[in-house]
Amino acid sequence: MDPIIFLIQCLNAVQYGLLLFLVASGLTLIFGIMGIINLAHGSFYMIGAYMAFALQPLVAQYLGGGFVVTLIACVLLATILGYFLEWVFYSYLYTRDHLQQVLMTYGLILVFEELRSIIIDNDVHGVAAPAWLAGSVPLGDVMTYPVYRLFISLVCLLVAGLLYWVLSRTRLGMMIRAGASNREMIGSLGININRLYRIVFAIGVALAAFAGAIAAPVSSVYPGMGNAILIICFVVVVIGGIGSIKGAFLAAMLVGFVDTFGQIFFPAAAGVLVYVLMAAILLFKPEGLFKQG
Amino acid sequence: MRSTLRAIFILALICAVALLPMFTTGYYTGLVVKILIYALFALSLQLLVGCAGLVSLGHAAFFGIAAYYVTLLSPQSGPGNLFILLPCAVLAAMAYALVTGALSLRTKGIYFIMVTLAFAQMAYYVFHDTAVGGGTDGIYLYFRPELRIGDWVMLNLDDQYVFYLFTLGCMLLTWAFLAMLMRSRFGAAITGIRVNEPRMRSAGYSTFKYKLVAYVVAGGLAGVAGFLYAAKDGYVNPELLAWEQSGLVLLMVILGGSGRLWGAIIGAVVLTLLQEGFQSQALFGELAKNWHLTFGLAIIILVAILPQGLAGLPEQLRARRHAAKKAKPSPTTA
Amino acid sequence: MTTLLSAKNITRRFGGLTAIDNVSLNLDRGTVHAVIGTNGAGKSTLVSVLAGELAPNEGSIFLNDQDITSWPQPRRARAGMGRSYQRTTIFPSLSVHENCRITAQARHQKFWSWASPAQHCALSNEAADRALALAGLDADGKRIAGLLSHGGKRQLEIAMSLATHPNVLLLDEPLAGMGPEETDRMLDLLQSLKSEHAILLVEHDMDAVFRIADVITVMVNGAVIAHGDPIAIRANPDVQTAYLGDEE
Repeated sequence: MDPIIFLIQCLNAVQYGLLLFLVASGLTLIFGIMGIINLAHGSFYMIGAYMAFALQPLVAQYLGGGFVVTLIACVLLATILGYFLEWVFYSYLYTRDHLQQVLMTYGLILVFEELRSIIIDNDVHGVAAPAWLAGSVPLGDVMTYPVYRLFISLVCLLVAGLLYWVLSRTRLGMMIRAGASNREMIGSLGININRLYRIVFAIGVALAAFAGAIAAPVSSVYPGMGNAILIICFVVVVIGGIGSIKGAFLAAMLVGFVDTFGQIFFPAAAGVLVYVLMAAILLFKPEGLFKQG
Repeated sequence: MRSTLRAIFILALICAVALLPMFTTGYYTGLVVKILIYALFALSLQLLVGCAGLVSLGHAAFFGIAAYYVTLLSPQSGPGNLFILLPCAVLAAMAYALVTGALSLRTKGIYFIMVTLAFAQMAYYVFHDTAVGGGTDGIYLYFRPELRIGDWVMLNLDDQYVFYLFTLGCMLLTWAFLAMLMRSRFGAAITGIRVNEPRMRSAGYSTFKYKLVAYVVAGGLAGVAGFLYAAKDGYVNPELLAWEQSGLVLLMVILGGSGRLWGAIIGAVVLTLLQEGFQSQALFGELAKNWHLTFGLAIIILVAILPQGLAGLPEQLRARRHAAKKAKPSPTTA
Repeated sequence: MTTLLSAKNITRRFGGLTAIDNVSLNLDRGTVHAVIGTNGAGKSTLVSVLAGELAPNEGSIFLNDQDITSWPQPRRARAGMGRSYQRTTIFPSLSVHENCRITAQARHQKFWSWASPAQHCALSNEAADRALALAGLDADGKRIAGLLSHGGKRQLEIAMSLATHPNVLLLDEPLAGMGPEETDRMLDLLQSLKSEHAILLVEHDMDAVFRIADVITVMVNGAVIAHGDPIAIRANPDVQTAYLGDEE
């Protein structure tokens, strides 16, 4: 394989992996801390993307802002949405068994899909990358690589780093990590559980929505995008071990590379390879690579 | 006395269902056939969820594989032979269940749910992305299979009423089979494994084998449902294996009640009627277009208020009354 | 004295923690071999390893002179190893008799009779009847197991293990949570089982242990610090300081 093409595919794999990580980290945190299986997590990714599409003209018109302002607006709205959803719906799921959570969040997916259909529409849309990121970087003599994809990878890496910093260096992070390994304990430590849960959930939603928004110029905005990424994220979480951020990161990168290079070497089986990977890993480690607490 | 009354009631119900097509239009007959097929599908999942305690979110794979198999194997020039096609379709589903079950059953709990989902996605992508099944367009089954030995056609399923009764018969046979299975030694073992697997292992049961058998049998029965589905409309597409379908049948089992076999049947009836109802413009007018919204909300509410499903409703009410009685101070102790 | 179960040099680690360190013991028919020790001494882990729920990192286990170290738990159970749990693991919604019948059925799994009604398995029914009689529960056969008293449930726990015709019994704290009357009844039961079986008894109740045990092994922090008959153990200074001393 031509080294330049190899480099391009590696960059693609990293970008895809990082996006997956952002969405999967929310999923694994929510399950690890609150014990909730949230089937509707993919919908947040979809909501982020559609928000980016819908807000871009509004931000330009009323705030005179560009793409970055749109992204920030998406994240803020998503955080508020997450906070509200936890309060109104998800807080009732803590006492229910996993099966009920699966089915209730399944119903929620339907509600989200239909609301999106009513508020925006069912069409496929494109979101334009901002002009200052729309160029390409030359790689070698012939090939180029879109600047925007590099931007995605860079920003996602920064967000991942920020997440790592929050989890390992701040008090909030400490509470979150304690909660991931022993949920019953943190309540008895005098920490306001309800607020912690609400914050963690809002963070999870914001991460997923941000991933959807920032990926929109590259992957376009379409109705099934939430469900598609949800399943892959489940695979990432299963491979990495539920509740483990480190595991989610490694698994996301693994899936990114297997999927990207799989499409090149085995185009017919491309959609299936990720599941073969999962099956192979589960043969040796039935609880994922880094099972938490 | 009560069990005789119950038997008479069930018999009367079966007769009513069997005679229904003589009194209604083709639309309603088609709807009942759809309900019967989904009832069979839900019964197959009940074996896994209610009896063996294995929650699978990938059961649609076996349904779809059998549906595709019969469609692919059916000759285009005339009706195929059911005695060949049905076993082939069911065996194909069971083969996939054997391989994926052997791997999936190495995991437990939430991991098992996710792994079964992923294996169903694998099957979905095979039919969605490759030319095997005509891709996203799906493929057509031109002639319903008939029951034929040599030259003698025992049963021609092209007649709508005959197909209706055949489907009813399959569903009832499946129900009877599962009832017998759960009373058998295998059923006793599977029940024990569901309640306390370590205890069963310490008694000497190789629990993995039992679970795998349950998984494969459930897959095979789902295959029967898939076969009937393909024969009913003559059209199959990859969405039959989509996880939304797996979620729907799981919903039927849970909403109907996983504590009783017939909970699956109730669940299939209620959910199919709900789906039809929410799409009906006569009932919901403009909102009928956005029926996913009303259907999704209904799911959330029903799952929330019926933790034991509809079949468990009498017990739920009884427990509530019992708790209320306990809370009230009795006049003698006050 | 026939040795039915023999464990040699068993070691089991969990990451950096050594739960069982080079432990050996023999179970002979007709004896009650008690294993005592402080909390966290590794007693329950030892039972799990012997039963086959955990694999040892080192060492080997012999049942009737056969090396069963690599055998999974169900296979050991079918070869005659019975086990009862520290936490009650009966099936609460079934009747007492059905509880025993289910475990008894494990010895009568035949490929060609999988479909025959569970109620009519004569051999399982007989084994259940016998087990209930041995445990003194034959009058309670039809009662729902969940409604038994705590002592009754512990008796049922033992009965379920007996229903599989074991010759080795691994009992993990069968007296847990029992009052004096129930303890007496349980000890009488164990006494009556002694002649036919080799019994391993993990217990905290020191009085009961000294009443019934023929051999005692004392474990501290995963290792065996003393082994012998009750009188010798009582007099052993190491045991007194490490364990019995703390009790006083």
